[in-house]
Amino acid sequence: MTHPATLRIARRRGKMNTSRRGRAWSVLLDGINVGSIVNEQTLDLSMEPGRHTLRLRSTRYLLSPEQSFDAFDDQTLGYVCEPRSLSPIIFTRWLVWLLISMVNHNLWISLQPDDNLSVDPTYESARTRSITPSHSRADETAPPAAAVLVHDTRAAPVAHVAAAGSTTEFALEVKDLSKRFGERTAFSEVSFNVGYGEVFGFLGPNGAGKTTTVRTLGTLIAPTSGSALVAGIPLSPENGVEIRQRIAIMPESPGLYLRLSVAENLKYFAGLYGLHHAEKRIDDALAAVNLLDRASDLCGGLSKGLRQRVGLARTLLSDPAIMFLDEPTAGLDPVASLEVHNLIIGLRQKGVTIFLTTHRLDEAEKLCDRVAIMNTKLRTVGRPSELRDQLFSRSLVVRTLATLRDPKELFSRIPAIDDWRVDDSGAYVLTVSDPKVAAPEIARALVGDGADILFIGESQHSLEDVYLELIADDVQVRRS
Amino acid sequence: MMGLDATRVRAVIRKELTDYRRKRSIVVTMIVMPLLFLVEPIVAIFVAPPTEPPPAMDKFVVLPLLYMLLIAVIMPSTLAAYTVVGEREQGTLEPTLTTPLSEQEFILGKSAAVLIPSVALCYAVYGVFLLAVEASAKRAVAAAVFHDRPTLLALFVFAPLVAGWAVVVGLAVSVRATEVRVAQQLGTLASLPMIVVIILLISGVIHPTFVAAAEYAVGILVADLLMLRIVARMFNRERLVTGAKATR
Repeated sequence: MTHPATLRIARRRGKMNTSRRGRAWSVLLDGINVGSIVNEQTLDLSMEPGRHTLRLRSTRYLLSPEQSFDAFDDQTLGYVCEPRSLSPIIFTRWLVWLLISMVNHNLWISLQPDDNLSVDPTYESARTRSITPSHSRADETAPPAAAVLVHDTRAAPVAHVAAAGSTTEFALEVKDLSKRFGERTAFSEVSFNVGYGEVFGFLGPNGAGKTTTVRTLGTLIAPTSGSALVAGIPLSPENGVEIRQRIAIMPESPGLYLRLSVAENLKYFAGLYGLHHAEKRIDDALAAVNLLDRASDLCGGLSKGLRQRVGLARTLLSDPAIMFLDEPTAGLDPVASLEVHNLIIGLRQKGVTIFLTTHRLDEAEKLCDRVAIMNTKLRTVGRPSELRDQLFSRSLVVRTLATLRDPKELFSRIPAIDDWRVDDSGAYVLTVSDPKVAAPEIARALVGDGADILFIGESQHSLEDVYLELIADDVQVRRS
Repeated sequence: MMGLDATRVRAVIRKELTDYRRKRSIVVTMIVMPLLFLVEPIVAIFVAPPTEPPPAMDKFVVLPLLYMLLIAVIMPSTLAAYTVVGEREQGTLEPTLTTPLSEQEFILGKSAAVLIPSVALCYAVYGVFLLAVEASAKRAVAAAVFHDRPTLLALFVFAPLVAGWAVVVGLAVSVRATEVRVAQQLGTLASLPMIVVIILLISGVIHPTFVAAAEYAVGILVADLLMLRIVARMFNRERLVTGAKATR
């Protein structure tokens, strides 16, 4: 039985004139992005014993170093990183910077073993005894298990900065986000939070700003005002690469290269995410969407539904913290839609955070834990059941064999009934505050009055009713 | 300037080259166009009178060699002009922009994917030409060709430099254009300065010395790299995705 080793990475501010927090550096363990680190921050990562490589990647500095090491059972290893103090070279720009970056990848970030960290005596004795790592050579070709972030400490608390999954409660935090294109407002003062592992629906009519919101959170578009935290990273142009490394977006049209095969398309995107051992990931992603047998087919020969599934497989490749799905079932037949729904349900069960935009209210009701309804401005956010209760009073529907002789007199005698009406089908719709209390009373009254009851039950408002209640006024205003 | 990830740049290059190989029209154009440009130099070499004294022989040798430099300018310009706006029209640009690929990596990958096959084809064509001269031209003429080492060297040195210019200006046009047809025409137009210089060389208006040629080479290299950086700055995700000028 193996015991995980711990890798502690500490970042110093360095002698450079950097900002207090500095830009976030990605921490790559065995090629997998396991988090990010800022100034004066310490990360503890848990990993399986064996040979590992550690690399830091920065969006500001050109280059990043790589360190290889052996980790043994229960060992604690430490590395310290800081910007290199060769400031004249750091600030060399333009042509020389480009030329140097093409030649040397290990200049600007110093990454050294932490000599101050006390070493586990087990490690020392293991080293002298030349104990081999617990994983076998056969495992070297397999993707290593992802490191688990154990502990995240910071010397000085920094607002809104966190390694993935460590200290932020929400996968997405949006506050007063707005976007204007000249005189036209795409969306205005949108605020909401999305928890980790939640399927969050984003509903609205055409032109409501749903896709623009997705593009803004996906760093394709800069917001006009407001702020957001995406996978724990502040939304800003400087953090664009970092954010996009943590998320995956499936646009409404999958945008596949038609002259390339399914596997080649996925291989390309795996390369863009910097993924190693991509073949296994590609196979796993295709298996998840039941397309493993179509890996060699050119995407130009696939139907729309199959291309949509390839698009979904592409979002699974990088194991994102958040998946943005923009109308994933648009143009699909019911069978294909059901397959996509099942896939999303499966992802939810695995704890993947999904941000789903859709026109289909039945789909949102089926798949989403919470929904937001917007039309340029956010109208409401909540669970479908909560929204129904907020917007509609509860009611009972009563059907009788024959029309009641004097329903007004009958219903006025029952205190549990607040109001009543007759709907188009001739059923009586009774507004009540508590159906469980009202239903027996009403049944007794009806039977006492000699009525033959065919049906008595609670009336359910659908999400469509909620949506239309909120959006209908806007449509009327626009038409007038 | 942001960090460059070689894995991502390589992924872009690999995908582009695979895409080119699978499109018959690109393959045919890239093979046929250079061969068409070979016709004039080969005809000129083979009709050159072998009895001319060496100084006069130069004009029958140098000009055809320099003429082939046009291949390096014209061939990549159309491909480069298609790279960004073509992807936008296909609908494949947005998914690519949602990945961690940075602007610099995107531009570098696209540039390299056009430059590598263009320069390789140029060198292949030069090689075919030299083989044809060696095998079939009159001895005096062949000797004059192979004796003209400065011009041969200039061919091999300047081909990637002028091709690089055609690529980066084509990319610059592609980043800003809204239609492929417009981009391709503007891309060819933007390569005109380089074409004009070559024509001035061919027609004997410019007589570069070795030093002048070296300075010119450095100048083109600097211009190419500067232009690459400018194109990376012109690259705006919001404008490419929405078509609207980026606002804040």
